Amino acid sequence: MLDDAKQADAQVDNVLEVNNIEVIYNHVILVLKGVSLNVPKGGITALLGGNGAGKTTTLKAISGLLASERGEVTKGSIKYRGQDIQHADPAETVKQGVVQVMEGRHCFEHLTIEENLMTGAYTRTDGNAAIAADLELVYNYFPRLKERRKSQAGYTSGGEQQMCAVGRALMSKPETILLDEPSMGLAPQLVEQIFDIVKSINEQEGVTFLLAEQNTNVALRFAHYGYILESGRVVMDGPAKDLRENQDVKEFYLGMSDEGRKSFRDVRSYRRRKRWLS
Amino acid sequence: MNEQLAFTIEVFLNGLMAGVLYALVALGFVLIYKASGIFNYAQGVMALFAAMTLVGIQNGQVPFAHLINAIFGTDVHKFGWHVHSFAAILLTVIVMIALAWMVQQFVFKHLVGQEPIILFMATIGLAYFLEGVADLMWGSELKALNVCASEGNCLPQGMNVWLEGTTYEALGYGFFIDNLDIVASIVAAVLVAGLVIFAQYTKQGRAMRAVADDHQAALSVGVSLNFIWVLVWSLAGFVALVAGIMWGAKSGVQFSLSLIALKALPVLMLGGFTSIPGAIIGGLIIGVGEKLFEFLIGAPFLGGATENWFAYMLALVFLVFRPQGLFGEKIIERV
Ligand SMILES: Nc1ncnc2c1ncn2[C@@H]1O[C@H](COP(=O)(O)OP(=O)(O)OP(=O)(O)O)[C@@H](O)[C@H]1O
Ligand SMILES: [Mg+2]
Repeated sequence: MLDDAKQADAQVDNVLEVNNIEVIYNHVILVLKGVSLNVPKGGITALLGGNGAGKTTTLKAISGLLASERGEVTKGSIKYRGQDIQHADPAETVKQGVVQVMEGRHCFEHLTIEENLMTGAYTRTDGNAAIAADLELVYNYFPRLKERRKSQAGYTSGGEQQMCAVGRALMSKPETILLDEPSMGLAPQLVEQIFDIVKSINEQEGVTFLLAEQNTNVALRFAHYGYILESGRVVMDGPAKDLRENQDVKEFYLGMSDEGRKSFRDVRSYRRRKRWLS
Repeated sequence: MNEQLAFTIEVFLNGLMAGVLYALVALGFVLIYKASGIFNYAQGVMALFAAMTLVGIQNGQVPFAHLINAIFGTDVHKFGWHVHSFAAILLTVIVMIALAWMVQQFVFKHLVGQEPIILFMATIGLAYFLEGVADLMWGSELKALNVCASEGNCLPQGMNVWLEGTTYEALGYGFFIDNLDIVASIVAAVLVAGLVIFAQYTKQGRAMRAVADDHQAALSVGVSLNFIWVLVWSLAGFVALVAGIMWGAKSGVQFSLSLIALKALPVLMLGGFTSIPGAIIGGLIIGVGEKLFEFLIGAPFLGGATENWFAYMLALVFLVFRPQGLFGEKIIERV
C-alpha cells in the first residue's frame, strides 16, 4: 500500500514524461532519434540547443501539432499524467491542460488582441464568467495588452505579439505551457520582461513550463532544470544551476571559455570524441 | 422627367438585382477560400445541387428513382406528396450540411497540408462528381421552382402597386421590376448581415476567422479544423442554396445553373478573393456594369450581347491596375 502511494507520488511529480521518442517527417526524414525527458509539475524546464536541434519538433510531438506538418511519432511514448497522448489530436491535448505557444508567435493577425485572447478560451466549458475573470487575469500580467485590446494583432509590435501569444495560451486555463522560443527577435530588455512574467505565472498560477530556447543564457537563469538537444538527441541534462557551471555548456552555448575561443577544428574533434563516449 | 433617364435607372436597378446573385455565388467562394485556402470550383454546382434537391423534395420525388427502378425492377418516381416550401428548404439545408460533412470527411481531410493546386484539382473532381450525383438523384430535365406563396406573388399584397405608384410619382414613370428580384435582394441582404454577425460576434465565427488567419495557431489553441471546415462548407452550401433558389425561381432549375460560377470569377477578381464586402460590392458593380454597358453602349453601338464578356473585360482591367482587387485584404507586414 505504502509503496503504491509512493509510486503514485513519483508519477504525479512528473506531469509530462517523454520516453525515447523518434519523429519522422514526410515518412522519410528522421529528426528525433530517441529523445527522453521529464517535466516536473510546477517547474520551468528548459529545452536547449542550436538551430535544427529538434526543440520545436519535440514540443510539437507533445502538443500533437506534428500531424498537421506531416510529422509522426514512430517510436516511444509521451505520457501526460500517466496517460498516453502521442496520438491525441491537439484539441484533446489542450482540453487535458497542455497548450503550446508556437515559435514566431502566430497571432491571428486580423483579429484584435482581445479576440485573440478569447480564441484561446475556445475549448473551455466553464462559462463566460470564468472566462471573463481569466481575461482580467491576463490583462493583469500584461497591462500592455489591455491598452492594445482593440488593435488588430497584425499591427502590434513583436513584443506585444509575444505577450498576446502567451496570454492566449493562458486563456485556455492550462496546467502546462509549451513555450517555443519566446526570445526570438526581441530586444534583450523585452526578453527579460517576458521571462519575468513567465516566472511569475509559474509561481503564482502554478503553471508548469517546458521552454524551448536558443538563448541558453536567459533560459538557464529562469529555468529549474535543463535538457540540451543536439541533432535529435539529448546530449546533456541537469539542474539549471549545474548546467550554468558546466564547462562544456559554457563553451558551446554560453559562448565563454577559460582558454579563450577554441578553433572550429577543436570543436569538431571534441564533438567526435563526445559521440564516441555517448 | 426624361424618358431615357428613367429607363437607365430601371436598367441600373435590374443590374443591381442581377449583381445580388453574382455576389452570393462569389460569397460562397470567399467563405471557403478564406478559411481553408481552397478555391472551390464546385461552388456553382453546389448551387445547382441545392436547387435540384429543393425542387425534388418539394415535388416529392423519390431520390435515385432511376437507379432503384433499374436494380429492383420497380417503377417508383414520386412519393405522391408535396412538401411545403419552408419544410423543403429546411430539409435541403440539412442535405447541404450532410454534403459539407462528407466533402470534408472523404476528400479534404485527407488532403490537409497539400499544395493549393492539388486542392483545386480536387474541387474540379468534386464539381463533376456532384453534377453526376445530382443527375442520378433527381433526373436531368428542366424543372420549375416555385418558392413563393402563389405563382409569381412573392411580395405582400399591394406592394407591387405601391412601388409602381411611388416611382411614378417621383419620376413620372412606373418601373417594371420583378417582385421576385426584390424579395431576393432582401433575402440576400439578411443573409449577408447574418453571416457578418455570426463571424464577428460568436465564438464559432471568431474561430472561423482565426482559422482563416493562421490554421496552425488555431489548432494550437484547440480549435478543431475539421469542425470549422465542415461549418464553412455548410455555410457555403447554404449560400449556394439561396443563390440556387433565386436563379431557379427566375429561369427554372437546369444544368446551366452551375455556370453562374463562371460569372463569379470576375467578381472575385474585382473584389478580391478574401473579402466578403469585396464579393458583395464586386457582384453589384459587375451586375450593374454589364447591364448599363449593354443598354448604353453595347446595344446601340456594338451590336449587343456584350453581357457575355463585359465582366471579364472589367476584371482584366482590374487585374492589370489593382491585382489584389478592390478590397483584397492588405497583407499585414510583421512589425
Ligand atoms: N515540417 C518539416 N518537414 C521536414 N523537416 C522538418 C520539418 N520541420 C522541421 N524539420 C527538420 O527537423 C529538424 C529539427 O527542426 P526543429 O524545428 O525541431 O529545430 P529547432 O531545434 O526548433 O530549431 P530552431 O532553434 O531553429 O527553431 C531540422 O533539421 C528541420 O529541417
Ligand atoms: Mg524551433
